[in-house]
Parts: sequence; structure tokens; C-alpha cells
Amino acid sequence: MTLLDRHIEFLEALRGAGLPVSLAEGLDAVTALGLIGWNDRTQVKEAYAATLVKRANQRATFDGLFELYFPRMVGSGVDAEAEAAGVAKDSPEALDEFSSRLAEALEADDTELLRQLAAEAVARFGAMPGRGPGLSSWSSYTALRRLSTDELTARLIEGLQQGGWTEEEAARAGNRRVGRFAGLVEADARRRIAEEKGPEQIAKIAVRPTIEKLDFLHARRADLEALRREIYPLARRLATRLTQEHHARRRGAVDLRRTLRSSMSTGGVPVDLRYRPKRPHRTELVILCDVSGSVSNFATFTLMLVFALREQFGKVRAFTFVDEIHEVTDYFRPGADLVDTMTELTKATEHSARMGRTNYGRAFSLFQERHADALGPKSSLLVLGDARSNYSDLAVDSLRGMADAARHSYWLNPEVRTQWDTGDSEATRYGSIIEMRECRNLTQLSEFVHDLA
Amino acid sequence: MPSRTSSWFSSPAEAVTRLGDVGYLADDSTALTSYLAGALEKPVLIEGPAGVGKTELAKAITRATGAELVRLQCYEGLDEARALYEWNYKKQLLRIQAAGDGQAWEETHDDIFSEEFLLTRPLLTAIRRDEPTVLLIDEVDKTDVEVEGLLLEVLSDFQVTIPELGTMTSTRRPLVVLTSNATRELSEALKRRCLYLHLDYPDADRERDIVLSQVPGLDDNVARQLVAVVGRLRELELKKAPSIAESVDWARTLIALEITDLSDKAVADTLGVVLKHSSDVDRAVRELRLKR
Repeated sequence: MTLLDRHIEFLEALRGAGLPVSLAEGLDAVTALGLIGWNDRTQVKEAYAATLVKRANQRATFDGLFELYFPRMVGSGVDAEAEAAGVAKDSPEALDEFSSRLAEALEADDTELLRQLAAEAVARFGAMPGRGPGLSSWSSYTALRRLSTDELTARLIEGLQQGGWTEEEAARAGNRRVGRFAGLVEADARRRIAEEKGPEQIAKIAVRPTIEKLDFLHARRADLEALRREIYPLARRLATRLTQEHHARRRGAVDLRRTLRSSMSTGGVPVDLRYRPKRPHRTELVILCDVSGSVSNFATFTLMLVFALREQFGKVRAFTFVDEIHEVTDYFRPGADLVDTMTELTKATEHSARMGRTNYGRAFSLFQERHADALGPKSSLLVLGDARSNYSDLAVDSLRGMADAARHSYWLNPEVRTQWDTGDSEATRYGSIIEMRECRNLTQLSEFVHDLA
Repeated sequence: MPSRTSSWFSSPAEAVTRLGDVGYLADDSTALTSYLAGALEKPVLIEGPAGVGKTELAKAITRATGAELVRLQCYEGLDEARALYEWNYKKQLLRIQAAGDGQAWEETHDDIFSEEFLLTRPLLTAIRRDEPTVLLIDEVDKTDVEVEGLLLEVLSDFQVTIPELGTMTSTRRPLVVLTSNATRELSEALKRRCLYLHLDYPDADRERDIVLSQVPGLDDNVARQLVAVVGRLRELELKKAPSIAESVDWARTLIALEITDLSDKAVADTLGVVLKHSSDVDRAVRELRLKR
């Protein structure tokens, strides 16, 4: 295979992973590589990155694919000498010796050494010889289990604490470092599999979606943290965009007085027209969130995003429910810390549950009973939930009453549209009263919030 | 690519040295992108959090290559007249009034649309210069989408057409640096024409070197402590994580207050220099176990 073939395959893989790499950018990359040569792998990588990757959040995808198509090394990571000296590849002693070296490297946070150790770990402990054709012969899972990452983390945290870190910080840094090492091990296993089967095979399955496209309902714990980190920048971006758009639309009728005044500097010729500003209008929001089980993540994210954008809305009131309704507006103080608010919100969930089984009908009736005054001709109603009501009474009339009282009403459903109406989902019946939209990831959510404000 | 005698960098390694000489410590990707920008004659789009040295890089390239900096600061409502060129209406009106009745319209017309009445704005200035020029288009995400269209034309061909004067093409292409805080997604068309560089917070060693080079007289030990604390702050979930600019400010503060050891108390007392939200300060005090 020539270098050019490899280059073109790499571009194809990037496109397959959702990076919009154009022909012109591919040519740029070739020109750049012609200038710097192929001697230094880091420079080749950076040259590709500078010409092909135009968005910071695509860098992870790019890095993953680059490792597959232009691997750091070929073959096993274990020292040939060590092997010749008679050290068994996998034995309890070897494991002990390796673990202590790894622990040292983790404490020193030495990236290069960790990378070597990751390769060694897969070579020694991740091999799965004798599996049938079509099955991978390397497993990062096996390697990591043999190394028992939990123990490693505990040891590392202890070590860091002795080094003067506070407990919480040590825990966070420890988890992150071990997580990063696990990532390296996974990458090395992928590299080996790619070596055996060709990179196209693994490129299709090994690349995870970017955080904006990640499904709320399928988010892992680490993803949730990443999502939470995304909220504040996202809110800032949205706010800027909204302000700009409001400004673009603020031009009202011609202001004759100011136009004449400004025409004096051009000798009485009205060169610049001046306009009156338009009166801004702000939406008032009433949000009802289902906070039961898996949907609760989605509800909290939406709440956080809406409150981070508070200035864009006139007034926001938020309620959570499982089968009881509970107002949570007071948990959001302006300028409060995101993490704290989120923790408090999770604690407050118990106020929303009586029996603990989601009951939309009961929640809507209770809302009409206690908080009907929250909705008025200026307010928009927003319901967040999967419309799975455990086959209980739907209280369609209460919801219709609420929708009538509000100016606009929307329902955001975090489930894939194809799953609506399956099982106890009442998407269509509720959807006939309130317009229901699919909202599965940050991109969809931010688009919706933008249109709302 | 034909070899040219240009004043830009001749290799990534040289870029590191020359940028280092003028006080900008570049990492591999920064140096490589700066080199490619000159070699490929393509604009560079730099993104990254506030205060990591995006604008500073453009200035450093200017200093290192002995070029001159032309800066276009973007803001909402920036238009062609502020970015490209404008006719000097007032002077033209004066000229017409001064001419009186004797002159024919044709003559006046030719006269008032000449160089004398042209106000060049940054983009046109950069294109018309014969000496090496770095064109810095700062905070390009603050502009409206229409300005991006204007930039597209200028950045791909480096020429501007003025109906009354004809097309002006650059004799010497300027090195263009665009910076963005990513408050808005820039159009694909613009990104496609640029090289991309994402500047992020540096690792501990590089940051210490930066702080030491920016703040002479800082004790090496204090710098190490400072960088460690900043690193720990970045690991917390803060609204605004401290960037290099804040580290440097902090170092200056410590010098001014004559603090020679960064104890917990000293950190707690001066935390306001690094963190700009009260909830961030509260969080840091709690997580770092500082006593106030």
C-alpha cells in the first residue's frame, strides 16, 4: 500500500466519523506534509490536525483515527531482551512487578512512560490467543481486569494524599489518571486489532460520538461530568447568539429627529438613516420535569441550561414530579455553583415522589390544583419527560387546561422517536394536546432553547 | 512549492527559537502552525479559552519576523466601511462646494473618487502594504455573518475591488491570524480556508517557564507552587478556569505584595486575582481546604 492510499483512506475514515474534510483541505494537508516531511510522527500528526480538524471537539476523534492509520509502532511492546532473559510474559510475579512500575509512573504522571506501559500491559496481559477467526485476539478489558484498576486507583489516591493533596482532589486526580491510562490501554488494544484486521474495520466501531451528539439516556457517569462542564460554555454561546439576533431585529421605524441631527455632519444630506429601537419582549417560562429514573439526567440538564440563560427569559418557574409535584425554582440562585445546585436538585427529588412510580396524570392534576396561577397569557409551558406513565390515568383534561392557559406549550421527549408509543409510553395521546419534540442530545436541546428565547 | 526568499519562518524548529527569542514560548503544534501559515500562505484560525495567548501569538510572530502588525478588532455591527475602506464623504462634499460652478461634472466625478478621498481600513491597508505584514483579525466570532462573507473574498484572493478605482491586488501577501473565543460557530467556508490551531492551557512545566519569563524576579520555588495551585484549580469545575494571563497576574501580585512563600493563607488572600466569580472562589476555598 502506498503512502497516498493510506492518506486517502485516512481522509475517508475522518469523513466517515463526521468530520467535514473537503478536497481542498486534503490538498492542503498534502502540501503541508510535502514541506515538513515524514520524519517526525508528532509533526505529521500536527500538520494533519492543523489542516483537517477545524473544531476543538473533533480533535479526540481525529486522534483516535490517527492512531489507527498511522500507529506509533508495529508489533509487540514487550522488550525483546526481557523476554529472552526468561521473564515469563504473564505470571503472578510479572504482574506484581508490573503493577509497582505502573503505580510509580501514575504517581509521577509521566505520559510517555504510561504509554509504553499501556502497550506492555496489552502485550502481556491482554492477549487472547486461540480465538476463532473474526474475533479480536487482544482485549483491553482482560488486561485492565488483570491489573485491577480499582486497587491501582486506591493506591494512587493514597500516594497523592501523602504528597500533600486533599482527599477530594487526590480522588479526582487519581480517578482521572487511571481513567487516562485505561484509555491508553484501550487505544493500544485497538491499534493491535487494527494491525491484524486493517484499520477500516475498527474505525467504524471504535469512534465514540462527540459530547454534543451523545444520547442523554445512554450517558455514562464520566459522560455526565463532561456534559455538565459543557453547560456553562453552551449557555454563554447561546446567550451571545440570542443577543446578536435580538440586536439585528431591534431596528424599528425611522427616527426622524436623530436622522436630521446626524445629517448635519454631511451638510444636511441625510446619508445615514437612524432608527428607533424596538421594544424587546421576554418569554416567561413554566417548566415541569419528570425526575424519575433515567429521565432525570435529561431534566436536570435542561433545567440547568435554562437557568444559566436566565437573563434571556422574563421569569422562570420550575417544578419537578414523579407522582407528587414540587417547586424547585428557589434552588437556582443567580451566580450559584453548578455542581452544588445539581446535588441539591437530586436531593430534592424525594419531595417529588410519594409512591415512587411515575404518574403523569396525578402530577398534572396536582399542578392544576396548587399552581394553576403560574400559567398566564404571557407564559410558555415546557414539559420534560418520556411520557411513560405506568398505565395510570392520564388526566388529559388537566393537561389541556394547562395548555389553554399558556401562550405556547412544548413537550420535550428524550427518547428516540421510534420508541414512542411502545409499552406504557403515551406519546401520541399527550402529543395531540401539546406539540412533542424529540430531544436526545445537547445539539437538539440547544437548538430548542434557542428557538424558545 | 517554489522556494521564495520570505521573511517568515523556514522550519518549525526555527519558529520555536525565534518566537522564544521574543518571549513567546511556543509548543510543537503552535510552532508548526506558525511555520505552515507562512509557508502555505494560508490564514490561521486560533481558538481557545480567553487568556491563553491567542492575540499574543500574532504579536509575537510580528516581533519575531520584523513585520508590522495591522489589527482589525471585530465587534458586533462591524461593516465594510470599518473593515475595508470608506470614501471620505465630508471631504468630498467640501471638494464639490469648493469647485464652484466652473468645473464640469465629469471632471469633479473623476476627481472626488481618487486616492485622496479614500480612507483605507485595516483589511485594505494590509493588502496594499509592500513590507512584511501580519494581519490580526481579533475575536472574529463577535462579528455578524455578513462580515465573514467579506473576509472570504479578501482571504482567498487577497484582493479588493473598489468600483471607482479598480481591483487592488496584494503584491506581498500578509500573514493572517484570526482569533476566536468560539462564542459562535464560524461558517464552514471560512474554516475551510484557514489552518486551525486550538490553544489550550499549557502543561505545568511550560506554564512555569511562561510565568518566569513574563515576571522577572519571581522566585523559582514560588512559581512552582503557583503553577501547581493553578493546575489544581483547573481540575475543579469552575465557571471560568484560570488561564495563563491570570497566572501571570497572580505572579505579579505576589511580587508586589512581597510574598515569598505561597502558603494556604497567601493563596486564600490573593485568590481574587485568579478567580473572577464569587461562586468559584467559594468552591476553591472549600475544595482546597483554605481558611479564610
